Amino acid sequence: MAVTEIKFGGFGGQGIILAGMIVGKAAALYDNKEATLTQAFGPEARGSACSAQVVVSDSRILYPYVHRPHIMMLMSQDAYTRFSPELAKGGTLVIEEDLVNPVPLPEGAVVYKAPATRIAEELGRRMVLNIVMVGFFASVTKLLSAEAVRKAVQDSVPKGTIDLNLKAFDRGFEWGKKIAN
Amino acid sequence: MSDTATNPVNPYLRLERMPSIWCPGCGIGTSVNCFARALTQAKLDLKMTSIVSGIGCTGRVSGYMSLDSFHTTHGRAIPFATGLKLANPDLNVIVYSGEGDLMAIGGNHFIHAARRNMDLLVVCVNNFTYGMTGGQVSPTSPGGATYTTAPFGQFEEPFNLPHLADSCGAVYVSRWTTFHVRQLTKSMREAMTKKGFRFIEVISPCPTLYQRRNKLGDGLDAMKFYKESSVVKNGADTRDLNIGFQTPITVGNFVNRSRPSFIEAQNKRYTEVFGPSYKPYPEGPHGNGANA
Amino acid sequence: MAADPTGVLTGQHYLDGNHAACEGALAAGCRFASGYPITPSTEIVERIAARLPRMGGMFIQMEDEIAASITLQGAVWGGKKALTVTSGPGFSLMMEHIGLAAMTECPCVFIDVQRGGPSTGLPTLPGQGDMMQARWGSHGDYEIIALCPESPQECFDTTIEAFNLAEQWRVPVMVMMDECVGHMTERVIIPSADKLSVLDRRWTTKKPGEYRPFDVGADLVPDMAKAGDGHRLFVTGLTHDERGYPVMNHKAQEKLVRRLVDKIRLNADKIAHYEEDQIDGAEVVVISYGITARVAQRGVQIARDKGVKVGTMRLIVVWPFPETRIRELAQKTRAFVVPELNYGQMSLEVERVAAGKVPTVLVPHGGGEVHDPEVIAEAIIKAARSVS
Repeated sequence: MAVTEIKFGGFGGQGIILAGMIVGKAAALYDNKEATLTQAFGPEARGSACSAQVVVSDSRILYPYVHRPHIMMLMSQDAYTRFSPELAKGGTLVIEEDLVNPVPLPEGAVVYKAPATRIAEELGRRMVLNIVMVGFFASVTKLLSAEAVRKAVQDSVPKGTIDLNLKAFDRGFEWGKKIAN
Repeated sequence: MSDTATNPVNPYLRLERMPSIWCPGCGIGTSVNCFARALTQAKLDLKMTSIVSGIGCTGRVSGYMSLDSFHTTHGRAIPFATGLKLANPDLNVIVYSGEGDLMAIGGNHFIHAARRNMDLLVVCVNNFTYGMTGGQVSPTSPGGATYTTAPFGQFEEPFNLPHLADSCGAVYVSRWTTFHVRQLTKSMREAMTKKGFRFIEVISPCPTLYQRRNKLGDGLDAMKFYKESSVVKNGADTRDLNIGFQTPITVGNFVNRSRPSFIEAQNKRYTEVFGPSYKPYPEGPHGNGANA
Repeated sequence: MAADPTGVLTGQHYLDGNHAACEGALAAGCRFASGYPITPSTEIVERIAARLPRMGGMFIQMEDEIAASITLQGAVWGGKKALTVTSGPGFSLMMEHIGLAAMTECPCVFIDVQRGGPSTGLPTLPGQGDMMQARWGSHGDYEIIALCPESPQECFDTTIEAFNLAEQWRVPVMVMMDECVGHMTERVIIPSADKLSVLDRRWTTKKPGEYRPFDVGADLVPDMAKAGDGHRLFVTGLTHDERGYPVMNHKAQEKLVRRLVDKIRLNADKIAHYEEDQIDGAEVVVISYGITARVAQRGVQIARDKGVKVGTMRLIVVWPFPETRIRELAQKTRAFVVPELNYGQMSLEVERVAAGKVPTVLVPHGGGEVHDPEVIAEAIIKAARSVS
C-alpha cells in the first residue's frame, strides 16, 4: 500500500489549490489511483501562505489529511518558511527558484528548482506559473504519468486558456527533463 | 345564525368548522366576509388559490377558508407562501395573518418579500394586540395604551404599516377598518388581480382584550369610533399614516404601481445572461403588473 | 423509477463533498432549493444556484435560515422536491421547521455540514456535534431520518437516498455531513440516469371529496396531494385529524403523534442502512459514522496488525438508530468502541441498546480535526484487553 502525501504551498492568488486539484484529478481520474484533496478554508485560505494537500494511494485512502508530506511544491518564501519543516525525512522539494530560497534545508531533502515565473512570462502570461510548476512537478516526481497530468490540466482550466496552459505544462515538464540530464 | 344556509360567503368557508374561535365583536370575521366576497368578484380560480397563515387569532383564517389552507408557524407565513408561489406560479397565494405574526416575529420576512416584489397578497389584520395569548403589546400598539406586558402603558414607537410596506417596495398598499366593508372588499378585489407584493392593512377591533383593558367599550363602540374618526384619503403620503391612541385613522388606497415581480425580474436577467437557450420560469396569472 | 436525465451529470468527476451533495440532490429530482450562506456548507447553495435555473428549477437565497427552512416546505406543497442546506448555527435556527415538517409530514431534505460547535465554534473545521440535535432538536416528540456520508461519493449517494426516504416515509430527512467530508475532493462517479433509482412522490389517486389527506394504509404513511389539485387541503402544525383539521385533545394527540413516531419506529429495520466488516469472532466492534468511520478504519488496521480481532459497523442511516442489529451484536462481541467528533452522542445510543450486555467505550474528540487513528487503535486494544 504505497501512500504518497503531497503539500502544495504558496500565497493566495497563485493558483495553489488548482495545482493540487490537477494533481489529485490526474491520479483519481486518469491514472487508476486514489487521491484525496484537502485544503485550508476561510480567511486563512485567502491570506499569505495558502496550501492544498493531496494524498495519493494505490488503495483506498482512509486518513484524509497530510501531516508529514513526502513531496512539497512551494511557490513562496512564506510558504517555504511555514511548511518546509513538515517535510518527511528524505522528502522531495519542488520549488520556484526565483520565489523561494530553500534555506534552511530540511535534513535529507532533495530539491528541484525551476524558474517557472520566467517561463510563464516568456509564454506571455505570468498567471500560468502554477501550471508550469505542475508540469515540472510531474516531470521530476514521476509520481503520475505525464499524460494523466496533462489531461487533468486540459479539463481543469478555463476553456479559452487550454492551449496556453498546455504549453505551460509542457515547458515545465521539459525543464524537469533538462535538469535530470 | 339562522341565515347561514343562504349566506353568499358560505361556499368559501369550511362550515363544518364553525363556529369560529373568534370572540363576539371581533373584526376578523368581518374581514373574512369581505375577503370571501372579493374572491367572488375577482373571479379567482378557487382551485388554484391558496391561503397561508401564521399563528394567532387571524392566523386561524386560513383554516376556515375552503381553499388550499396552510396554517404554518408563528411569523413564517410569508416564507412558506414564497416557496408555494415559486414552486407553482399558477397559484394565487394569499397570506392572511395578524400584525404580531407578520410584523414582529415575521417582520424580517415581510420586508424582504416586499423588497423582492414576491407575487403575494398579504392581508394583515391589525387589532393592536396579541389576542390569542391574552392581550400583550404588539408592534402597532399605540402610545399610552396598556397591555398585560405593558401594564404602565406602551411607550415604544409603533409601526406605520402602510409606510413600511411602501418603503420596502410593495406595489399595492391600502388600509381600511372593519367599518369600511365595501371599500375593503373592493380593495381586496383590486389587489387579488394585481401582480407583485400587495399589502392590505385591516384595522380591526379586539373588544375582549385591547378595548376592555383600555376602557374603549365593545365591538359596536369600535365601529362607532371607526366611523367617526376615520379619514378617507386615497393616495395619501404613507409617511402621514401613523396611528395614535384613539387618534383619527387615515384610511384609503395609498399605493398602486408596478415593477417586475421576483420571477419576472429573474426571467429578464437570465434571458439577458443565457440568451435564447434560457427557458423562462413560468410567471403565473395576471401577466403584467399594471392590470389593477 | 429512473432519474430525470436533466439533473444527472453522468461521468467521472473530481468533486468535493459539497458539490457532490448538490449533484445528488439534482439527480434525485430536486428542483427547488432555498438557502442562506453559511460556512462550511456554502458551496452547495452556490452550485445549486448556478445549476437550477438552467434545468427549469428555482433557487432562492432567503433572508435567514428560519425562512429557508419553511420556504422549502411551501415548495413541497406546491409540488416540488426541495432542499435546504446549512451548518450548525443555521441548523439551530431551522429546528422549529423540522418539527413542522414532521407534524405536517412534509417530505423534504435538510443538509447540515457539521462544523465545530457550540455557537459560532469552528466555522471552517469539522465536528459531529449535531447528531442528537438532528434527532431531538425540535420540541415535542417525533421521528426523523438522518444519514451520514463518509466521502464525496457518498455525499452524492446519500443525498439521493435522503430524497427517496423523504418521499417514502414523508418525513424531513437530514444529511449529516461534516466539514471534512464537505471540503474533501475525491473521485465521484455519477451513473447514467437510468441506473439511478429515484422515488416519485406518493401522489394520491383519490378524487376531491374522497381523499382525506392524513388517512394511512399499512405502512402508516399518508398519500399526498399538492396545492391546486382541488382537494382544499388543510395543513397545520396543530394536532389534527385525518382531514387535517385541528383537534385539541389527548385522543387526537395519541392517534396522530403515535403514528408519526410509529411510522418510523415500526419500519426502522426497513430504513436501516449500514456496512459491516469482520464481525464474526470479533472481540471488539467499532461503531462509527461519517468521516470518523474512515479514520477509525485506519485505527482498526493498526489494532488488527497487533492481533486484535476487530469488527466494524459503519452507520449510513444513523436515525432511526439500528437497534435490532446492535442488540444482536451485543450478543456476539465483547465490547463496542465508538469514536465520534463530540463528547458522546451516538455512543449514548449504543450504550442504551447494549443495555449493559457489553461495555461501550467512547473515543471522544471535540472536533476541529479528525481523530488520530493511533488513539482509536489504542482504545480498541485497551477495550479488547479489558474484556479478555
